[in-house]
Amino acid sequence: MAVSSDISIAARGQKNRLVELAVRCVLIFCALVAVATTIGIVASLLFEALRFFQQVPLTDFLFGLEWSPQTALRSDQVGSSGAFGAVPLIAGTLLISAIAMIVATPLGLMSAIYLAEYANERTRGIVKPLLELLAGIPTVVYGFFAALIVAPMLRNGGESMGFEISSESALAAGLTMGVMIIPLISSLSDDVINAVPQSLRDASYGLGATQAETIKQVILPAATPGIAGSLLLATSRAIGETMIVVMAAGLAAKLTANPLEAVTTVTVQIVTLLTGDQEFDSAKTLSAFALGLLLFVITLCLNVVALRIVDRYKEQYD
Amino acid sequence: MTESAIILKSAGSKRHRAESRFRAYGLIAIAISLSFLLIMIGSITMRGTAAFKQTFVQIEVNLPTEKLDPEGTRDPEVLRKARYGKLLKSALREQFPDAKKRADKKSLYKLISSTAEYSIRDQVAANPSLVGGIHPFWVRASSDVDQYMKGTIDGSLEESQRRVNDKQIAWIESLKASGSIESRFNTQFFTGGDSREPEQAGIMGAVVGSALTLLICFLLAFPIGVLAAVYLEEFSAKGRINRFIEVNINNLAAVPSIVYGLLGLAILLNVFNLPRSTPLVGGMVLALMTLPTIIIASRSSLRAVPPSIREAAFGLGASKVQTTFHHVVPLAMPGMLTGSIIGMAQALGETAPLLMIGMVAFIVDVPGGVTEAATALPVQIFLWADSPERGFMEKTSAAILVLLGFLVIMNLAAVYLRRRLEIRW
Repeated sequence: MAVSSDISIAARGQKNRLVELAVRCVLIFCALVAVATTIGIVASLLFEALRFFQQVPLTDFLFGLEWSPQTALRSDQVGSSGAFGAVPLIAGTLLISAIAMIVATPLGLMSAIYLAEYANERTRGIVKPLLELLAGIPTVVYGFFAALIVAPMLRNGGESMGFEISSESALAAGLTMGVMIIPLISSLSDDVINAVPQSLRDASYGLGATQAETIKQVILPAATPGIAGSLLLATSRAIGETMIVVMAAGLAAKLTANPLEAVTTVTVQIVTLLTGDQEFDSAKTLSAFALGLLLFVITLCLNVVALRIVDRYKEQYD
Repeated sequence: MTESAIILKSAGSKRHRAESRFRAYGLIAIAISLSFLLIMIGSITMRGTAAFKQTFVQIEVNLPTEKLDPEGTRDPEVLRKARYGKLLKSALREQFPDAKKRADKKSLYKLISSTAEYSIRDQVAANPSLVGGIHPFWVRASSDVDQYMKGTIDGSLEESQRRVNDKQIAWIESLKASGSIESRFNTQFFTGGDSREPEQAGIMGAVVGSALTLLICFLLAFPIGVLAAVYLEEFSAKGRINRFIEVNINNLAAVPSIVYGLLGLAILLNVFNLPRSTPLVGGMVLALMTLPTIIIASRSSLRAVPPSIREAAFGLGASKVQTTFHHVVPLAMPGMLTGSIIGMAQALGETAPLLMIGMVAFIVDVPGGVTEAATALPVQIFLWADSPERGFMEKTSAAILVLLGFLVIMNLAAVYLRRRLEIRW
């Protein structure tokens, strides 16, 4: 009897081991979906972008100053080749992102400082969710708000002061994008400031510093790497943002640093190139993937650097 | 801190003023940020609520037997084929005989929606006994009349400056006097599909499209996300591979959403030839996008389950798989669900990737399945926001209100789940 139960236990153990193995395989497969997604993104962007670079040299794309991606109907047409210089698009993207960061950095940072250092538990409990609400609003809503309310307001305001502000100005898109980014900066910076050890504050108060002096001279310097990381993440978010600029920024590529004029961005061009009818071999359609690759590389670099800074900063005080 | 505050107060120094100034900056920053929120929600609500009402006009329409049903069969199929547009126009001319000139007649016809004839057709087909008499019908007013009634079009402007001319205003006023024009709750907005005519357009198609898309997204992202989190937290050795996958997931979470759309276009549509513009593809793309959110939330939820649970299960002879799936995962489930609902809420508001896979087409019918062409709620908002007609402006705002309503419900559900089910260790 003892022998037979031994055998059944052994058989069951065998079966259990098989089950464990099968489960483990399924789990590994699921974890690898994330890796496969990354590979899929890189591969699809690279593949289509390479086909584009067979038609348009890489240097023309990266350093060309003109963007007018129409493809010719006839080969003898004037300007038949189309121009695929990404510089005006990058400049437009950076201009709008810069405006957004100029709006969002002081507002987000000061909100975070107030919430982390001054606000009592009750205020914090009310204000924090409200700010997060701002982050939960879909970007298409911000886009509608920018195009319908912010842009006309700026144009009329400019007119009354004698400025000419385009109805698709970089300013309108940038301002609205800034509002969208405030909660991102404030919640990341809030975490960072909270991670500064209490002992540093106590030491500073002990030396007779006021709360503001402590914040400015002790806490912020200690939190600088973390805050820099959160600002980088916010910039990457602004560069990759699509709907606000599609709805509120312009379509024509223009190389300018004037925020009152209309500029276009990388994401706007991707959307315009790929919505509507498309033939899949033209340089025009493929250029959208080259722009996508550019966007992916820029945001990935920013994210990697930002995440690394934030991680290292966390370790410092853990 | 209180002691130093007392000293500062008595001193009343420059440093004290700097202190309160700095504090005020913080308050101002919060006030500005929240006022943006208030202005945005406020202005959209103000514009949007108007779309929940629609102006209707009552018209006496003559339905002569010889025009509608010459053979007297009363067959709905035959009745549907008659030309109700003509009947409607002659009814309008009879009601307002002062419209003699061609231009006047044209503006007269523009009082009511161009879709009104179909509503009369449907009513007659459903009730054939109406044929052969004169009956009053309430039909949709045109968008311009609707806007005038709501006060969006200002009647005191120059005639050339507004979309409603003097004659039309006179007719509207006479309709008002006889009680034949009234504002009603706009059920069509909630039950109808999209339309080129603002007064006829509804959001049902977009809502169903979004629901189907989210369903696919949830069915894919939730199990994969949870199992991936289980692997990373419970099974994998904390080595290089684990670290590589983790970095990967963190970076994926920050990839711009439009890049996921490009992935969907290049791989799902062009390589696997899945049907364009469908909730199936939309859901798959959104699933890839929400996966990092769900994995990160599920991992922290698993990490919160104390090791004592695992040790107890092991002590009783449970295997690794049994311990994990009988004890650890059920205890972490509330947190995982909360994280997934928040991920789904993000996916619901996402527009850009759906544009890439062609969910921007103009689709009138409410989609019946995940492989039918559809549009989604945020994309509908984008499409309407792009329309030049004034009437679409309030529809856009109203659709935004509906979208925000769904988001609030989902987030409240997440909060409720967390409060109700979360176990504090």
